[in-house]
Amino acid sequence: MAEIMYWEALRRAHDEEMANDPLVIVMGEDIGVAGGTYKATQGLFDKYGPERVIDTPISENGYTGLGIGASFLGVRPIIEIMSVNFAWLAMDQLFNSAAKVRYMSGGQLQAPVVVRSAGGTAHQLGAQHSARMEKVFMGIAGLRVVTPSNPRQAYGLLKSAVRCNDPVYINEHELMYNLKGEVPDEEYFHPLVGSEVAREGSDVSLFGYNISVHWCLQAAETLSKQFGIEAEVIDLYALSPIDRAGIVSSVRKTHRAVVVEEAEAPVGVGAEVIAIINEECFFELDTAPQRVSAVNVPIPYNHTLEKAAIPNAGDVVERVRRMFGK
Amino acid sequence: MNVADKKRLLREMLFARRFEERCYEAYVERKIGGFLHLYSGEEACAFGVLEAAKPGHDYVVTSYRDHVHAIKAGADPRKVMAELYARETGSSKGRGGSMHIFDVEHRFMGGYALVGGPFPLAAGMAKAVKMKGGDEIVVCFLGDAANNQGTFHESLNMAKLWDLPVLYVCENNLYGIGTRIDRSTAVIDQYKRVSGYNIPSAQEDGQDVEKVYQAAQKAVKHVRSGKGPYFLELMTYRYRGHSMSDSNAYRSKTEERMWSRRDPVIMLRDRLIEAGEITRDDYKNMDTEILDEIENEVIAFAESSPEPRVEELEKYILAENDPWVYGGGR
Ligand SMILES: Cc1ncc(C[n+]2csc(CCOP(=O)(O)OP(=O)(O)O)c2C)c(N)n1
Ligand SMILES: [Mg+2]
Repeated sequence: MAEIMYWEALRRAHDEEMANDPLVIVMGEDIGVAGGTYKATQGLFDKYGPERVIDTPISENGYTGLGIGASFLGVRPIIEIMSVNFAWLAMDQLFNSAAKVRYMSGGQLQAPVVVRSAGGTAHQLGAQHSARMEKVFMGIAGLRVVTPSNPRQAYGLLKSAVRCNDPVYINEHELMYNLKGEVPDEEYFHPLVGSEVAREGSDVSLFGYNISVHWCLQAAETLSKQFGIEAEVIDLYALSPIDRAGIVSSVRKTHRAVVVEEAEAPVGVGAEVIAIINEECFFELDTAPQRVSAVNVPIPYNHTLEKAAIPNAGDVVERVRRMFGK
Repeated sequence: MNVADKKRLLREMLFARRFEERCYEAYVERKIGGFLHLYSGEEACAFGVLEAAKPGHDYVVTSYRDHVHAIKAGADPRKVMAELYARETGSSKGRGGSMHIFDVEHRFMGGYALVGGPFPLAAGMAKAVKMKGGDEIVVCFLGDAANNQGTFHESLNMAKLWDLPVLYVCENNLYGIGTRIDRSTAVIDQYKRVSGYNIPSAQEDGQDVEKVYQAAQKAVKHVRSGKGPYFLELMTYRYRGHSMSDSNAYRSKTEERMWSRRDPVIMLRDRLIEAGEITRDDYKNMDTEILDEIENEVIAFAESSPEPRVEELEKYILAENDPWVYGGGR
C-alpha cells in the first residue's frame, strides 16, 4: 500500500478508468494541455488525446450540459469544474437535466456523468472563491453526492462514480489536494453509499465529512488525552443518499452527537443529520445534539476574519467539553 | 418529393393537427393536466425537417412543445396521448407529462421544459455520435426566444469548435409566450446571430412543408457529411396560445388572420388538389378516418389505461441494483 497525495489518487483513478473504457472522457477548463488546476488530469492529454481530454471554453452550464447529453448515449464524462463557486452556473443542467431525466423519461434515459469540483475555504480567496455548497447538491433527488476525506476515498469514489449509472457529484476541497494517505496498490472501488468509522469511541459521536473529518480526528485526540472523553468519528463520505443506518448505530452506542461542517448551519448537513437522529433515535440521546458550523457570512478576505468564520478542531473540543460540563 | 410522399405527408400533418386539437378538448374536459403547449400551425417545421432526416436513426430533441416531433420521430400516438392522460402506459409511464415525452427506442430523446436546456444536450449527443463513429445526426428543435439563453451561445460555440454533427432548427413563431420578438431580441433574423460562431445558416418559410424539406435536405447533408453544425431558421406561427393558460390577447386579429391564410396543412392540401392528385372528397374522407382513429384508438387507449401505482412513486429516481454503488460487489 503506497502513500500518495490526494491529487495523485484522483489522477490514477482518471487514468485507470480511461484505459479501461474508451467511452470515458474528461472535460473541463485547463484540464488538458495545462494539466489541470489541481493536477488531477496531469499527463492525460498526451496519453489519450484531445477527443477524450477536452479543454472546454469557460461555459460551465454549457459544457456540463454537453457532457450530460453525451452520457445519454453511453459516453462517461468526468467533468471537472474548477471551483464550486463556478458550479453554481452549471446547476441548471446538473439539476434540471441530469438528475431528472431518468425519472421524467419513465426510466428510458440515464445520465451517467461525474462532476468533480473543489469547494471549501482556502487561504484568503475571498467571498466568491470560498463557497461550500454540498448542502445544495445533496437536496436534489436523482443526484448522488460524495465527498472524499482522504486519497483512498478520492481514488475509490471516483472509480465507482465513473462506472455507476447515476449522475454523481464529487465534492472535493481546495486545501486537500496535497494531503497524503495510503491507497491500495490493487484496483479499488469505494462504495458510493454508507459511512466509515474513522475512529472508534464510546462517549460521543462526531460526524464529519471531507475536511471536517480531520478536525474531528484531531479533536478526538485532544478530548481523549486531556479530558478522558472517547469520541467516535464518523466519516460521512456519502451525503446523498446519506447513511441513516450508520448515523443511528453510532448514536445508539454513544448517546451524544455533534455534527461538524465547514459550511454555514442553515439547511446544511448538520441540520439533516440531526433531523435523522431525531426521527430515528431521539430517545437514545442523553443530551441535545449540536452543530459546529461556519458563521453565516460571505467569506471575508482578511485572514483573521476568515479564520473566525470557519470552525476548527478547537471549536469541536470546546463544544464537546461543554456537552460534558468539563 | 414525389406525389406519394406528399400525400403521406398531408395525412401525417393532418393527423398531427387533429391530435393537437383533440388534446385541447381533453384539456378543457380536465382529462389532461398541467401545462399543455400545442403545435398547431407549425407542423411544416417538424415534418419538413424530419422528412429530410432519418427518424429512428437520427436523434431528435426539443422543448416542451413536443408531441408532434415525438410522433414524427416514430413514437406511438397512443402512448403519447396516454402520457398526457398520466397513465402507466404513457411514453414516460405517466411521470413526464406533456412537456416530457421520451421515446428512446425511436431516438426521440425528449422534451425539456427549461427554455434553452436542450442546446447543450444536443451538442453532447452529437459528441457521443462522433466518438462512436456513426453517421447519425442530432436534430434540435427550439423556439426563437430560446436563443436569448446563454446555452444557445455556449452550445453554438462548442458545436463549431469541435465540429459536432448537430442541426439546430429554430422554429421562429415570433413570440416567447406573450412577448413579440422585436421586444426581446436585438437581432430579429435569428439565422444571422449564428454567423458570429462561423456556423452556416439559412432562413426559410416554415409554413410550406416542401420548402422546409428542401432547406432541411441541404442542412442535413451538411451535418451528415461531417462538416459540423448547421442552423436553420423557419418562420412560422402558432395558432393557439402559448399554453392552455394563455389568453392570447397580445396578438392582433389581423396578424392571426394573415397567418391562418398560410396554414401548412391547407397549403399542401390545396396544392395537391390543384395538381389533380387528390379531390376534396379524398381529403374529407382522410379527415374522417383520422378523427375516427384518434377517437377509437388513441383516446380509447389512453382512457382505458391504468394510472401508475403509488407504490412505485420512488421508482426511476436512481439506477436499480447498480453494483458500482456498492463498490462493485455485494
Ligand atoms: C429557463 C426558463 N425560463 C422561462 C420559462 C417560462 N417559459 C416557458 S416557454 C417560454 C417562451 C419560450 O418561447 P420560444 O423559445 O420562442 O418557444 P415557443 O414557446 O414560442 O415555441 C417561457 C418564457 C421556462 N420554461 N424556462
Ligand atoms: Mg417562439
